Amino acid sequence: MMMTELDKLTAAVDAADWKTICALQDIPVLGARVVHSVHGDIAVFRNAEDEVFALQDRCAHKAGPLSQGIVHGRQVTCPLHGWKFELASGEAVAPDIGCTRAFDVTVADGQVRLKV
Amino acid sequence: MKKQKLVLVGNGMAGVRTIEELLKLAPDLYDVTVFGAEPHGNYNRILLSPVLAGEMSLPEIMLNDLDWYRDNGITLHAGRKVTKIDRVRRKVIAEAEDGSVIEAEYDRLLLATGSVPFIPPIPGKELSGVLGYRDIADTEAMIAAAGRHKHAVVIGAGLLGLEAANGLMLRGMDVTVVHLADWIMERQLDKAAADMLQASLEARGMKFLLARQTEALVAGEGEEGARVCAVRFKDGMQIPADLVVVAAGIRPNYALAESAGIYCGSGRVRGIHVSDTLQTVTDPRIYAVGECVAHRGTVYGLVAPLFEQGKVCANHLANFGIGRYQGSVTSTKLKVTGIDVFSAGDFSGGPDTEDIVLHDRQGGVYKRIVIKHNRIVGSVLYGDTADGAWYFQLMKDQQDIHEIRDHLMFGQNHLGDAGHKGENKAAAMPDTAEVCGCNGVCKGTIVKAIKEKGLFSLDEVKKHTKAASSCGSCTGLVEQILASTVGGAYQAVSAHDKPVCACTDLSHGDVRKAIRQHKLLTIPDAMAFMEWKTPNGCATCRPALNYYLISTWPHEAQDDPQSRFINERSHANIQKDGTYSVVPRMLGGITTPDELRRIADVADKYAIPTVKVTGGQRIDLLGVKREDLPKVWKDLGMASGHAYGKSIRTVKTCVGSEHCRFGTQRSMAMGVDLEKMLFGMWSPHKVKLAVSGCPRNCAESGIKDVGVIGVDSGWELYVAGNGGIKTEVAQFLCKVSTSEEVREYSAAFLQLYREEGFYLERTVHYVHRVGLEHVKKRVVEDAENRKALYGRLLFAVQDYKDPWAERCADDAAAPLRRQFETLEA
Ligand code: SRM
Ligand SMILES: Cc1cc2nc3c(=O)[nH]c(=O)nc-3n(C[C@H](O)[C@H](O)[C@H](O)COP(=O)(O)OP(=O)(O)OC[C@H]3O[C@@H](n4cnc5c(N)ncnc54)[C@H](O)[C@@H]3O)c2cc1C
Ligand code: SF4
Ligand code: FES
Repeated sequence: MMMTELDKLTAAVDAADWKTICALQDIPVLGARVVHSVHGDIAVFRNAEDEVFALQDRCAHKAGPLSQGIVHGRQVTCPLHGWKFELASGEAVAPDIGCTRAFDVTVADGQVRLKV
Repeated sequence: MKKQKLVLVGNGMAGVRTIEELLKLAPDLYDVTVFGAEPHGNYNRILLSPVLAGEMSLPEIMLNDLDWYRDNGITLHAGRKVTKIDRVRRKVIAEAEDGSVIEAEYDRLLLATGSVPFIPPIPGKELSGVLGYRDIADTEAMIAAAGRHKHAVVIGAGLLGLEAANGLMLRGMDVTVVHLADWIMERQLDKAAADMLQASLEARGMKFLLARQTEALVAGEGEEGARVCAVRFKDGMQIPADLVVVAAGIRPNYALAESAGIYCGSGRVRGIHVSDTLQTVTDPRIYAVGECVAHRGTVYGLVAPLFEQGKVCANHLANFGIGRYQGSVTSTKLKVTGIDVFSAGDFSGGPDTEDIVLHDRQGGVYKRIVIKHNRIVGSVLYGDTADGAWYFQLMKDQQDIHEIRDHLMFGQNHLGDAGHKGENKAAAMPDTAEVCGCNGVCKGTIVKAIKEKGLFSLDEVKKHTKAASSCGSCTGLVEQILASTVGGAYQAVSAHDKPVCACTDLSHGDVRKAIRQHKLLTIPDAMAFMEWKTPNGCATCRPALNYYLISTWPHEAQDDPQSRFINERSHANIQKDGTYSVVPRMLGGITTPDELRRIADVADKYAIPTVKVTGGQRIDLLGVKREDLPKVWKDLGMASGHAYGKSIRTVKTCVGSEHCRFGTQRSMAMGVDLEKMLFGMWSPHKVKLAVSGCPRNCAESGIKDVGVIGVDSGWELYVAGNGGIKTEVAQFLCKVSTSEEVREYSAAFLQLYREEGFYLERTVHYVHRVGLEHVKKRVVEDAENRKALYGRLLFAVQDYKDPWAERCADDAAAPLRRQFETLEA
């Protein structure tokens, strides 16, 4: 997601929590990378518009690794049984019901920064 | 830009479906105003029958409640009947019960006024207690009458009449069905099927009077003066009746249109006349859909064709202007719980038609298929309707059936064998029976979802219940359940013209053609050219597109890893816990002590929990961590077995003449040779081969995509076998004498499949679709074509690099390996 003024402000306040994880180029377009963190594995996605998103790497259905799914638009399809999730919110796309945790993530100077 | 005004007259199934389709395409183009004579939102009219039968309640059958109109910014005038269309000032005028008047202006007008029950001019038809059967008000009146009165007479034994009679009977009335013709449902059933249906309805207590003409409805005496009390027939007979339901047919409701000067036909075909774009022939600003419409001389009375009209109409209203409505073929099903009847097409027979009939009176099964020039033109099924959808599809596709004629009667090929106990009669299954063995979905759950959520298509049922969404072997059963729940509203979609997914209206065939004709080489180009509706597709279309591109333009089109499923992207099979399984290539199932030693060492070094011999004659290392994959590959030093790919998998072999006392040919060598030749072949679905050294067939060549069996004088080739979801024995292709011929013929067949098969269609389904004759013509009979196919396959696989070696090489470009590495935060 692009950094808004508010994001920047929050970023400044919580600077300790923002961690640089990789360069934007290190994430394939329409793909993801897995990040180890204190919260468990986090999937960091990049879509065709170079927007980045971060979700807990556990599908709300049976804990499949969303990082390994197919990314399209602003959604990802889980590799195990095909549930779809909104990348921005972590909410399952209807008619499926469920939610996976979303994390704040931004790109600045070509570097991907994750708030954990 | 100022929004245009769209007015819909008729708040029923066809009209509102059109608006829904329109909102999907162009949500902001119009201000929409809807007039409905009934004081409700839009409901599922076909489920009035289960409501009458007490199986459902009115709130359960609402499709669009009042909130839906509000949420979509639609102005709804419910309980207002439009009485006039002023085409000059472009407005409609509506009146309410209380006499108040509302006007609405339109830029475009959509008429969907449905039908009215046809009440023949019998004396007494205006008496109270005499009803048609069309809407909620009729249904409520019938339910109320059933609570107070005893005797009901239903005039007309068509679908509607029988469903009404069944409902009234279940509500405790004594019901007699009167019919003019010699047997019931004569428009849908032949006499044999009708007799069986009648017998089973009689067993439930329904009475029938056939070949009877009603003379008059007789009024009662005393204070109930104006209420009907009996029905009298031409032959003088008279029976008691406190309620008379007239189900003698419907008439398109075109009075409003006609009064506005819109052409509504004359003579036999009456209805609002529309063109293939669903515009009235009189006024291009005015569109019409639904039962009020006459299109190319046909008026439809079932939901499925109306929905097709709605889709096309919406496309034109949205100014896309693609698509024409060209008419529909329809099928029907009676919605009486526990009784299975299906009929489609023309079954009246004629001089050049033939019949295949199965009639088991005791077992309560009747099936008749009517064939003309090797094509199905009609079918009637009673008792076992499992294959109704299949016959209907064959009929719609006008498929030549002479090759499958001998087993046509015995069933549908894509109804699987495995996983649901061979169950094939949906109606006989209890609600608690498991239909989908993969996702554990019971019949009751499916029926409930169909009714409560207003589902009409297989795709919708898959999405909402997950049934049939994994291995697909229960698809046939789910289709049946859908058909028996929504009646004729269900229309099986033909695989030929079914869109790839919701991102496009094009079918697999269309997509492939465009890629070939316009030499499209990348997914973005292909999507742009074919006007994909989504920015970068979805998990269904992207892998398909990627396959079509690389198979049509090998070495030119760009392979896109992000459009491949995870297994093909990571060159291993993902497991339920997110680890992977690794299956190294073991050509022909033959290995060496050295390879076995390395496999053992790798298993130890990376603490791999399970080592298993697969059903494909090789060894599987299960439970490998993603980060370890490249290291495991490197230490194994073996090529990928592609156990994950829509590609060549294994070539299974038996011992053969090198060692076996019965062997006639060197099957191991042949198998190794074939597996090497096909290394790197991507295909619509996975491809498995087997080579046996003699007809004892220890390598199970009879259930492979290509099966090879050695005989003393050469080799027999079999194709399109399958050992999985649908166990199907391979068909004999031809006999050849040399191993080079085995290579050439096998490769040619597989190349034909690669060029013509739809993505995710295995050879068994592909050959069912195109016919073995077609394959023989191109592969066996035409030597030149065979060689050309063989050449194209060899070209496609040439220079293929083992993906494992590429990804674990020390100098491997970082991006190839990056996906396996985990970052830290
Ligand atoms: C490993 C193996 C089972 C075993 O331990 O023996 C296996 C494992 C899987 N099979 Fe299989 N099949 C295996 C032999 C078979 C066989 C037997 C054979 O090849 O002789 C069949 C029936 C023959 C056939 O294909 O006609 C078979 C019919 C299927 C099917 C049904 C295919 C169909 O069209 O009917 C699927 C589903 C699919 O591919 O869509 C499937 C899918 C799968 C997948 C890949 C499911 C998936 O997508 O995750 C399984 C991966 C398990 C895992 O967690 O790694 N597997 N599978 C076998 C690997 C053989 C090999 O060496 O490559
Ligand atoms: C009991 C029953 C069971 C059925 N079962 C099946 C089945 O199993 N399978 C199947 O495929 N089909 C079935 N049908 C038929 C199916 O319901 C119709 O084909 C379908 O509803 C037609 O849709 P429509 O939009 O053309 O008409 P309708 O759904 O009838 O909608 C037309 C609407 O327009 C309103 N209207 C009419 N004139 C005006 C006006 N001047 N101003 C404002 N509003 C107006 C009407 O009140 C009505 O609400 C069944 C029908 C009935 C009655
Ligand atoms: S290995 Fe094959 S049969 Fe066994 S559970 Fe997996 S897909 Fe089903
Ligand atoms: S685990 Fe993601 S869909 Fe099942």
